[in-house]
Amino acid sequence: MKLNLKIWRQEDAKSKGKMVNYSLDGVEGDMSFLEMLDILNEQLINKNEEPVVFDHDCREGICGSCSLMINGEPHGPDRMITTCQLHMRKFNDGDTIVIEPFRAKAFPVIKDLMVDRSSFDRIQQAGAYVSVNTSGNTQDANSIPINKEDADDAFYAAACIGCGACVAACKNASAMLFTSAKVSQYALLPQGQVEATERVENMVRQMDLEGFGNCTNTGACEIECPKGISLENIARMNREYYSASVKG
Amino acid sequence: MGVLDSKVPAGPLANKWTDYKNHINLVNPANKRNIDIIVVGTGLAGGAAAATLAELGYNVKTFCYQDSPRRAHSIAAQGGINAAKNYQGDGDSNYRLFYDTVKGGDYRSREANVYRLAEVSGNIIDQCVAQGVPFAREYGGLLDNRSFGGVLVSRTFYAKGQTGQQLLLGAYSAMNRQINRGKIKSHNRHEMMDLVKVDGKARGIIARNLVTGEIERHSAHAVVLATGGYGNVFFLSTNAMGSNVMAAWRAHRKGAFFANPCYTQIHPTCIPVSGEHQSKLTLMSESLRNDGRIWVPKRKEDSIAIREGKLKPGQLKEEDRDYYLERRYPAFGNLVPRDVASRAAKERCDAGFGVNKTGEAVYLDFAAAIERYGNEKALTSGIKNPDQATITQLGKDVVEAKYGNLFQMYEKIVDENPYETPMMIYPAVHYTMGGLWVDYNLQTTIEGCYAAGEANFSDHGANRLGASALMQGLADGYFVLPYTIGDYLSNDIRTGTIPTNTPEFDTAENEVKARLEKLMSGKGEHSVDYYHKKLGKIMWNKCGMSRNAKELQEAIDEISALRADFWENVKIPGSANGINQELEKAGRVADFLELGELFAKDALTRNESCGGHFREEYQTPEGEAMRDDENFKFASAWEYKGEPKDAVLHKEELVYENIELKTRSYK
Repeated sequence: MKLNLKIWRQEDAKSKGKMVNYSLDGVEGDMSFLEMLDILNEQLINKNEEPVVFDHDCREGICGSCSLMINGEPHGPDRMITTCQLHMRKFNDGDTIVIEPFRAKAFPVIKDLMVDRSSFDRIQQAGAYVSVNTSGNTQDANSIPINKEDADDAFYAAACIGCGACVAACKNASAMLFTSAKVSQYALLPQGQVEATERVENMVRQMDLEGFGNCTNTGACEIECPKGISLENIARMNREYYSASVKG
Repeated sequence: MGVLDSKVPAGPLANKWTDYKNHINLVNPANKRNIDIIVVGTGLAGGAAAATLAELGYNVKTFCYQDSPRRAHSIAAQGGINAAKNYQGDGDSNYRLFYDTVKGGDYRSREANVYRLAEVSGNIIDQCVAQGVPFAREYGGLLDNRSFGGVLVSRTFYAKGQTGQQLLLGAYSAMNRQINRGKIKSHNRHEMMDLVKVDGKARGIIARNLVTGEIERHSAHAVVLATGGYGNVFFLSTNAMGSNVMAAWRAHRKGAFFANPCYTQIHPTCIPVSGEHQSKLTLMSESLRNDGRIWVPKRKEDSIAIREGKLKPGQLKEEDRDYYLERRYPAFGNLVPRDVASRAAKERCDAGFGVNKTGEAVYLDFAAAIERYGNEKALTSGIKNPDQATITQLGKDVVEAKYGNLFQMYEKIVDENPYETPMMIYPAVHYTMGGLWVDYNLQTTIEGCYAAGEANFSDHGANRLGASALMQGLADGYFVLPYTIGDYLSNDIRTGTIPTNTPEFDTAENEVKARLEKLMSGKGEHSVDYYHKKLGKIMWNKCGMSRNAKELQEAIDEISALRADFWENVKIPGSANGINQELEKAGRVADFLELGELFAKDALTRNESCGGHFREEYQTPEGEAMRDDENFKFASAWEYKGEPKDAVLHKEELVYENIELKTRSYK
């Protein structure tokens, strides 16, 4: 198939960016979206032009590197997948595809479609851990029985890949789904109880400091999340936050 | 003793590690604050090592090419992690895990290292649970296990098909705790370009900031390389796009011996190649072989009809199917080790029984499991006389709970529903057992330079068992390096900060800059990918699942010619100042072009078949691997001498005091 691509090009963080049109022929349905961009880049290189810069690594939907707003949706039109898992069979011959970076104040553009998501790391550094030493002297793993349902729910929350689609989807550029997923994982497990108060307070404080917006319960984040992280996590984080503030 | 001293402690196997730990030198807490350690790579091995070393009090600097430590490719490991906990009471023990690993590696690994790995495996699970890693559990609240290839017990712990992700995020959380305390400084979007040696010791690295293009100097008292494997030398593999050998290869060029480069794991269950545009291959976890049955049609004409779309797999009767693994290996069936399963798939496809358009695919079928689970579920749910539709639905639910994310991945890529039609799979490059040669302390042949995880060679011999990579990465990082590196650093308590304004750093930085300039000055004929794909084809066709002397020699000549062409004609747009993803790729491919040749040379030298290394000249009449213990019971460690053709072979004779060498059989 033949496609019209409108791609955001921006030299660096300080430069002004713009949409640039490219026409690409010979695209097959079995190609992934990023393989389609590989072909475009190969053609640009052969024409002595600079290829389009974008983040990607595992290309199997788990590392969370790839991003991209595709026709206005994070990770494109398909559900429960990342951009690298999106296949061109979802598009038709002659389609125009608009490709932009994830946009948020807390995700500044580095170049073209590559953004800086280090704000996510800093939220995690603020408290997303259990303070146990890795000494090998911890108690036997089976001495902490955990209800299967809680363990499963903790897993579903922990499945977040930190891609930032939730932020990109949100009209407020809120990071509540991302932050709450991690808070929830620990809130659901006995190992997380000891530091629950400081954890939620510190992570929420950092989230606000990074310039993410507030949550207004629109739910776009949940729909666009490639890992299906549930809105329930936001409710759980709010509960954790309120009980932390009561405890002071 | 020769050049290679494995430094394996004396004494009985089971006591070696404990005795060793009791007698090593320690660094007191006040002195640890004055010692710096560089950790390159933040996967399971690097992330775990960084967190533990920082927790002990050392100043740690981490480096990764990704934008966050959490994205290291350990995250993509699916099926699970082994540990000899014997929670299932099925007769597991440290010895049995040790034995399975040595046998699985076709008797080409170092006994003492493997025993230590088995010994600390239980601690890993304890540690991860304490960190809040959400492993799968049974209804009683205790941890669940499943079975993997090459073993007869259930010792694999898992978190759905995302075990690597959960373990890596555990290590990442431990790192974050230390970053928050200021004990780890993490340098993301940075690539190690060279190792810096001062007075023969590793004392720092030259790194490139991938965003600004700046070349930076970083010093330390020791350098840990935990930079993964080199499977991307094949271009198509299950590795991440950025996975590369640069750090290990740069260390090799500075004096670290490279061991067993030809030991590559070709994983039997990957999604087949769909076309020329393909950029990477996707694994379907080995855990699927717990429930999936592998087969091809018994009659060639049925395979042809399927390839032409005239016949559907479901239309073939049981008796017309060849469950070739169950037929050839009744004891282990579908759960034979990876090398054996891969070769068996290739054998069937080469014989004309493949089932996709290219003839390079076999079926992985879940119909029997769906039926079995459905009946079981109906019984336990108290449903009397269930109809077939109910049984199938119940069975699908159980399979979905176990492998849901893998089935979804498959469907998105192939556009077929694996609950309805059997999956099509084919072997693909997945893991490299070879790597930097290390002694018992995980130190390379460069003093102060350590290698951990997939980047070293020590534990898996010629073939790695499933769910053992995660085990080794975390064992090295959490439990081995923190001890062994302390013993080395106890001599450095008075050294003080290593300055970076020295001639050694000047030289290293200049060399890096010169190399980048040389890359940028190529004539501009072909893109980097053009060369990488060509290299990959040579590797796959001549150094892949089966090898012979003639083709290996051809591969050596072709790679050498391709490398010369690359340096002359590669085309890299843009500049070295700032982001340049083509330049990043070029640096990595340049090193693959050297490694690939050494790989072929190593394979040509090893005149036997063992594990993942299958030489067509050395096989039994039934097509099984024929090892030659008399002449090849050693690890090959190659010393850099300029061009790969000049590399010098050193041998570490492998000593088996606790295991009797046998012909590996899974029949």
